[in-house]
Amino acid sequence: MTMSSPALNVGNGSSAAPAGRAGANEPKKPIYLDYQATTPMDPRVLDAMLPYFVEKFGNPHSRNHAYGWEAEEAVEKARKQVADLIGADEREIIFTSGATESNNLALTGVARFYKDRKNHIVTVVTEHKCVLDTCRHLEMEGFEVTYLPVRQNGLIDLDVLKQAITPKTVMVSVMAVNNEIGVIQPLEEIGRICREHGVFFHTDAAQAFGKIPLDVNRMNIDLMSISGHKIYGPKGIGALFVRRKPRVRLVPLIHGGGQERGFRSGTLPTPLCVGLGEAAAIAKREMTAEAERLKKLRDRFYERIMSRLPEVYLNGDLENRIPGNLNLSFAYVEGEGLMMGIKDLSVSSGSACTSASLEPSYVLRALGVDEELAHTSLRIGFGRFTTEAEVDYAADRIIEAVQKLREMSPLWELAQEGIDLKSIQWAAH
Amino acid sequence: MYSDKVIDHYENPRNVGSLDKNDPNVGTGLVGAPACGDVMKLQIKVGPNGVIEDAKFKTFGCGSAIASSSLVTEWVKGKTLEEAAAIKNTDIAQHLALPPVKIHCSVLAEDAIKAAIEDYRRKHGGQQAPAKAQA
Repeated sequence: MTMSSPALNVGNGSSAAPAGRAGANEPKKPIYLDYQATTPMDPRVLDAMLPYFVEKFGNPHSRNHAYGWEAEEAVEKARKQVADLIGADEREIIFTSGATESNNLALTGVARFYKDRKNHIVTVVTEHKCVLDTCRHLEMEGFEVTYLPVRQNGLIDLDVLKQAITPKTVMVSVMAVNNEIGVIQPLEEIGRICREHGVFFHTDAAQAFGKIPLDVNRMNIDLMSISGHKIYGPKGIGALFVRRKPRVRLVPLIHGGGQERGFRSGTLPTPLCVGLGEAAAIAKREMTAEAERLKKLRDRFYERIMSRLPEVYLNGDLENRIPGNLNLSFAYVEGEGLMMGIKDLSVSSGSACTSASLEPSYVLRALGVDEELAHTSLRIGFGRFTTEAEVDYAADRIIEAVQKLREMSPLWELAQEGIDLKSIQWAAH
Repeated sequence: MYSDKVIDHYENPRNVGSLDKNDPNVGTGLVGAPACGDVMKLQIKVGPNGVIEDAKFKTFGCGSAIASSSLVTEWVKGKTLEEAAAIKNTDIAQHLALPPVKIHCSVLAEDAIKAAIEDYRRKHGGQQAPAKAQA
C-alpha cells in the first residue's frame, strides 16, 4: 500500500499560506511547533507498518509456521535498523513500550541485579520525570541516588560527576538531550569517565536518537533508552540498548514467556517494531541534511524574535543543542497568557499555571532561571514538516502577542520606569 | 478550557492602562507576585461624591487572571467604595465560569479591588483620622 500524497498536512504548513489561516472562517489546525512532545508519523513509516496489521499478522514468536516466520523476519529487520543507527549489534536491542519503560528497566533492572555489590546511582536534576521518579522509588528500596546539578547552560560539570562516583556506584544515568531545553550532554566524556571507573553508563536518548549522531562504542554507552514517537515513528514502541561486551545484566520488570532475551516478556507488536525500525532507517539516511535544514529554520526564527523584541532570554546552551529546539523566556509576559494569544501555534509553556502546584519548570529552575522568568518561557520545537513560511508566521505572531501583553503587564511598566522588581515586597499568595 | 467570557475579556480587555498613582483621588492596588506567575495592578479614581469614576488595570498572568481583572474594572465603575469592596471572588469566578484551578485568579482580583480601596482610604483617611483625633 502507498499513500496517495507524499505531502503531509501538518498544520497546513506545506500547502496553504500560513498567514491565510487566521482570517478563514473554517477552523484550521494550529501550526505544530511542539516536536519535543511528539512528532507526526512519517507516511513512509506508516507504509512500512500497514502490511503487519491484517495480512502479515503472525506472532513473531510462533516458530511453527510461515505467519510466525514472516513476522519474526520483520521484527529482526527492525531490530537491526535500530541497532544500525547507534553502532550497536542487533542482539543488543530490546523492544519496549517506549522510553519511559526503557528508563524504568535500565535503572531498576541494573540496580536490582547488582544490589549485593553496589547500591549507588548518579543522575542529574534535569532528567525526565520517568528517570527521576524511578530513582525516587529506588531510594525507597534502599538505594542511594546522587542528583547532579547543572550549570547555567544546562550541562553537567564533569568534575562534579567524577567526584560523585564512589566504589559503591553501579550506574551513571545522564540524558543525551534534554526534553525542555534541547541541550546535548557531553556523552563521550561522560562515557570515558564511567568506563575508567568501572561504572555503567545509561543514557535516556529519547530526544537524541535519530536527531544527533550516536555511537554506543565511541561514547562507551552501556544502556540507551530509545523512543519511537519522537522520530516520526509510532507511539507505544521504544527500545533499550543493553551492551553485551562487557555484559550488562538486568532483572526484568515484566515476567512471562521470556521474549527479548528474558529481559522483557510479552508478544512483540510487529507493526510498531517495524515502524520504529523504518523511522530509524529514515533518520539514518536523512539526519545530516535534516539537521542542517532545521538549524537554518531555528536560527531564522531566533534572529527574527531577537531583532524585534527586547528582553528575550534563551534558556540552555545554544551551541550544544539539537537544531529543532528553542526555549525562550519573554520577560514580563506570563507563559500561559502568552499561549492564549497565539492559539494558532502549538507550543509548550514552561509556566505551570495550569497545574495546582503553580511551580514553574523544574528544569529551568535547575539552570538558575528566576522563578518569575521561568513563568514567561515557551518551548518551541521545529521538525521534519516545519516550513519556512510557518516559522516566519509563528515568529510574527509571537512578537505581536508579546508586544500586546507587555503593554498590559504591570511588570513591564515597572521595569520601564526603572524600578527593580526585586526591590518590591511581593505578597505571597 | 476557557469560557467565551474569559476569551472575550482576554481578546478585548476593558480599561487597560494606568492612572496617575500620585493623584490623591486615585487608589492603586498591586497584588500577587511575579514568582507565582500572577501580578495585578488595579487603579480606581474616586469622585467627590465617593463614587468610582474610572478604573484601569494591568495584569501579568494567564488568560483567567487578565479576564478577572478586566471584569472588575467594569464592575467597580459607578460603584461607591463600600459597594466595590463588597465584590466577592465567587461572583467573579461564577461570571467568568472559571475552572477550579483558576479560582485563585478571581481571589487575586478581589484582593486587587480591596488593595486599591485601601490605598485610596490611606491617602484620605490618613489625613482625616489625625484631624479627628485632635478634635
